[in-house]
Amino acid sequence: MISKLPPGIKVEQKGDNDKIMTLNVGPQHPGSGHMRIIVKIDGDYIVSCDPDPGYVHRGEEKMAEYRNYITNIPHLERPVIHDSCNILYPYCLGVEEILGIEVPERAKYVRVIASELNRCVYTLYWLAIYGIFLGHSTMFMWPAGDRELLIDLLEKLSGARVTHAYFVPGGVRNDMPSNFEDVCLRQINYFEKRIKQYDSIFYSNPILKSRTINTGVLRQNDAIRLGSTGSVLRASGIDFDLRKKEPYDVYDNLDFQTNVLKSGDSYARSKIPWLDMLESCKIIRNALEKIPKSGSVRVKLKPNPKAGNVETYKRVESGRGSLGMYIISNGKPEPYRVKISVGSFRNLICLPYLLKGEKLGNMPAVYWSLNYWPVEADR
Amino acid sequence: MNNEMPNKTEADHNKNVSQNNNSSKIIKNSADLPEFETNIANMLLDKFDKKLKIIFIKKNRIKVDVHKDNIVEIAKFINQNLKFDHAESVTGVDRPEQNEIEVVYHLGSYDPSISNQILALSTRTVRESIPNPGFDKTRLPSLRDVFYSVEFHERECFEMLGVYFENHPDNRRLLLPEDWADLPPLRKDFKIKGR
Repeated sequence: MISKLPPGIKVEQKGDNDKIMTLNVGPQHPGSGHMRIIVKIDGDYIVSCDPDPGYVHRGEEKMAEYRNYITNIPHLERPVIHDSCNILYPYCLGVEEILGIEVPERAKYVRVIASELNRCVYTLYWLAIYGIFLGHSTMFMWPAGDRELLIDLLEKLSGARVTHAYFVPGGVRNDMPSNFEDVCLRQINYFEKRIKQYDSIFYSNPILKSRTINTGVLRQNDAIRLGSTGSVLRASGIDFDLRKKEPYDVYDNLDFQTNVLKSGDSYARSKIPWLDMLESCKIIRNALEKIPKSGSVRVKLKPNPKAGNVETYKRVESGRGSLGMYIISNGKPEPYRVKISVGSFRNLICLPYLLKGEKLGNMPAVYWSLNYWPVEADR
Repeated sequence: MNNEMPNKTEADHNKNVSQNNNSSKIIKNSADLPEFETNIANMLLDKFDKKLKIIFIKKNRIKVDVHKDNIVEIAKFINQNLKFDHAESVTGVDRPEQNEIEVVYHLGSYDPSISNQILALSTRTVRESIPNPGFDKTRLPSLRDVFYSVEFHERECFEMLGVYFENHPDNRRLLLPEDWADLPPLRKDFKIKGR
């Protein structure tokens, strides 16, 4: 019987474990996102957990093999539309490397501003859902409202509220509008004041603390072993931010810090993205000061640009951690292979580990603190 | 050592490392090659000599090609002695002309001294023209015992290209539907309709 089954598939044996109950959380459940989590529970405690992603798999990597380097832009940002600048960033860096393009200085600063705005937009959306997961509806309304400030800025910049398709190999699609710097500075100053208030309503809230402190603790050596990234890693006490470790574009000229917390629990993991947003405000202000006042923002490419037989692996720090693009070219206008290595997919492996022995009621608090975006993980 | 290495990375601006297949030699530091990365490559060459081939050395990036029989041994050395502690991604690349499937592990490190480095460890396996995932010769040893973080990446590689990883504890489908009966979709002979 067993020999005919595909490898790796086991038939579950009926045994004496009748008290173990299997629950399917998702893919339609609001507490899972577009994925299914199969949890086995003993009473109220989770015995084991098996994440089952793939419900929103769209084959982005396959689609990228059929389109040339420029027409790949709009669909490659689809996995994470709130953070579309950051998912296009490594792609543009990679294509620039294999085509040998040097990006103008002003474009580098515009890119940094756009990607930091986008990081905040993503984080606010994520935080809103985290709030409603924990039954804190004010924390759903506030970030969803404050997000509009930044979406307006990005709309001024790119013309679209989400899915900006703003980054192109060689720079950005268009220059900033004339009054953008003043508007941006004003909005960012207000935004910073706003998000500081989240501390008193959310992060100092005793109910939130009692639900998230000491739940789902990821120790430092496990965070390394599981290859986690982004806020999950920094919440476990490892100082790793690609903007500092492997600075791309102009991040080495800008003044900012990385945030590290030591406890590794859900509370720390939910707090790191918020601290990163405060840091993003600093980066944007600093970039607005240092940006060259005039100059080109885009190098025009030839139509259907071709690279040689080369490959490149570029990575940036996105809202969910390190985001890498591995581009292989074989001399044709289309890439031979594009691999998107995303933070969400890498952090997913932590979920079974963190949920084991946890109460079922804490599952949403642990699951969403992983800064997981199902659509991005499925690609 | 696999002598029939395709010349896929021989490009103008990839600083290729010329290396004799018969007698591997230590790469000399030159103005072209970054020093730190060259030292890492030399440590690998010191230890394994002919078992591996350095494909390129660029700033912050090294690519090493190994035969599949040696990959576990070399991965253990990379993990324990070179401090690369996790895998960022596992990429399967279908190469029908060479009748091979290449699998590239991008290994990274959280150790502050080398955290900007990525070591790409690639290996190859036979490509069957009519695949039967899990039962044919398209097999590789799993690196899951060395780098725990490759677990989901290797599962994805198995379903997308049909590369079966031996000793992997869990080779179920991850992203594809459980009843997917077509070719593994990232093979080049799987075509998107209408394109």
